Amino acid sequence: MSTRKNRVPAIEGWIKMDEDDPHLLGYLDATSGTYFFPKDVSISRAPGHADAELTEVELSNRGRLWSYTTNHYQPPEPYVAPDPFVPYTVAAVELTKERMIVLGQLADGVDPETIEVGQEMELVLGTLYEDEENEYIVWKWKPVAA
Amino acid sequence: MSKNDVAILGAGMHPWGKWGRNFVEYGVTAIKEAMKDAGLEWKDVDFVVGGDTMRNGYPGYVAGATFAKAMGWTGIPIASCYAACATGAHAIEIARTRILSGMAEVVVVVGADTTPKGFLAPTRGERTLDPDWLRFRLLGATNPTYFGLYARRRMDLYGATEEDFARIKVKNSRHGFSNPNARYKKVFTEEEVLDSPLVADPLRLFEICATSDGGAALVLTSLDFARKRGVSNPVRVSAVSTVSPTFPNTTIDMPEFTTDSAAGIPAPDRSFKDSIAHAAYQEAGIGPEDLDLAEVYDLSSALELDWYENIGLCKPGEAEGLLRSGETAIGGRIPVNPSGGLGCFGEAVPAQAIAQVCELTWQLRGEAGERQVEGAKVGITANQGLFGHGSSVLCTR
Repeated sequence: MSTRKNRVPAIEGWIKMDEDDPHLLGYLDATSGTYFFPKDVSISRAPGHADAELTEVELSNRGRLWSYTTNHYQPPEPYVAPDPFVPYTVAAVELTKERMIVLGQLADGVDPETIEVGQEMELVLGTLYEDEENEYIVWKWKPVAA
Repeated sequence: MSKNDVAILGAGMHPWGKWGRNFVEYGVTAIKEAMKDAGLEWKDVDFVVGGDTMRNGYPGYVAGATFAKAMGWTGIPIASCYAACATGAHAIEIARTRILSGMAEVVVVVGADTTPKGFLAPTRGERTLDPDWLRFRLLGATNPTYFGLYARRRMDLYGATEEDFARIKVKNSRHGFSNPNARYKKVFTEEEVLDSPLVADPLRLFEICATSDGGAALVLTSLDFARKRGVSNPVRVSAVSTVSPTFPNTTIDMPEFTTDSAAGIPAPDRSFKDSIAHAAYQEAGIGPEDLDLAEVYDLSSALELDWYENIGLCKPGEAEGLLRSGETAIGGRIPVNPSGGLGCFGEAVPAQAIAQVCELTWQLRGEAGERQVEGAKVGITANQGLFGHGSSVLCTR
């Protein structure tokens, strides 16, 4: 068996790379009680709160499925598609505490025919694509085992 | 008549298709058609607004200059603007405010595009700070992905069916069949639509708008100028909405990874999409009950159902019923997309919102031929451009 590839995040600074307790890393503006993801600008976008200090926080890693769709056609670059192309599902999950919907691919091995809007989902780490040396890791959504 | 009215003296288009020529040619054809329609000459124009295209290099980023140059420099001031799919409405708004301020009398508004085949893709390079690039890279979230999410949500929330989505496509294909500017002139059956391959389920190939080449132009003037030219009852632009969202925006919009968080500041009473036409109604003092027709952005067939509710034709959850009643087909109470909509045109981004207003112009003049909505006097367009661009134009006669 070949040695395991390095598991590296597909994007720096967005994900807490803990297999047992993965989280998305966002910002909290405590002055307005508002969360932000991704951390693209370190400014609170809550109107009137541009001077607020932002703290990095782990976003909830559970939520309710808002909707989902399976892509049957290969998207253009920069998506790195396997050859041959494999359809994949994108899920929208609503985090209760943060009151925000977060998109993510459905975890590998989950049949989209088996999921339902409204069910509880949890965040997991999964492989987006790989090369000779590395597996590039992103967050994915997986149904919470009943 | 509202104090903000301006006259539409001319409307013109270059037919939509996949012609593969320089976008400037489509725009110039549209301008010439609109000028002819207005009975005016290029030397009469005192301001030009160009809707930019992102896919045709530098001339596309400075469309106002590109078209002014192509028509022959006359020294007039120009403007260029970009607001994604809402570009046309923003261009119209620049023209209108220029006229209403008294700084211009005759303004040409134009948009044209030449598009590549297939999915709209982000700008190339390693663009890790560009959400539009990142959504493709990290999620594979194409535009149809978002349309699929909305469509599935409607099925779950309101009991929409795949047949409903197909019905929209069938209705619009009947509307656009006789439209000389439409790209797809084929009457579809429900079976054909439901037999087409899944793209982003539950949506299928024939339910997702293509990308097209095309061009559209308008000649806008002050009401005084129209009167002086002997046009006492022109079609009027009575309101333009170019609203942006109010924080927190709780709809998952392209190209975002998340909605805004509503944990601290409560969501506004009116969603962003609901606010778009609302602002136009408020400005014109006209309500959805006064409408004779609407042109809405059917990027997917299912999205047209959302628009029925967003522009106030019915309450949330009632769009499927309104569609099934037949009232949104030509001959019904409130025909939607009599032009055939994006389903028959495909999208030519900077031209599309202008093309919607061209259709209203012809409809309100009674010049729409086989697709004429009888006695149309009031019409609205609605559309949304990614990155928070609302777009709605209300026309009256």
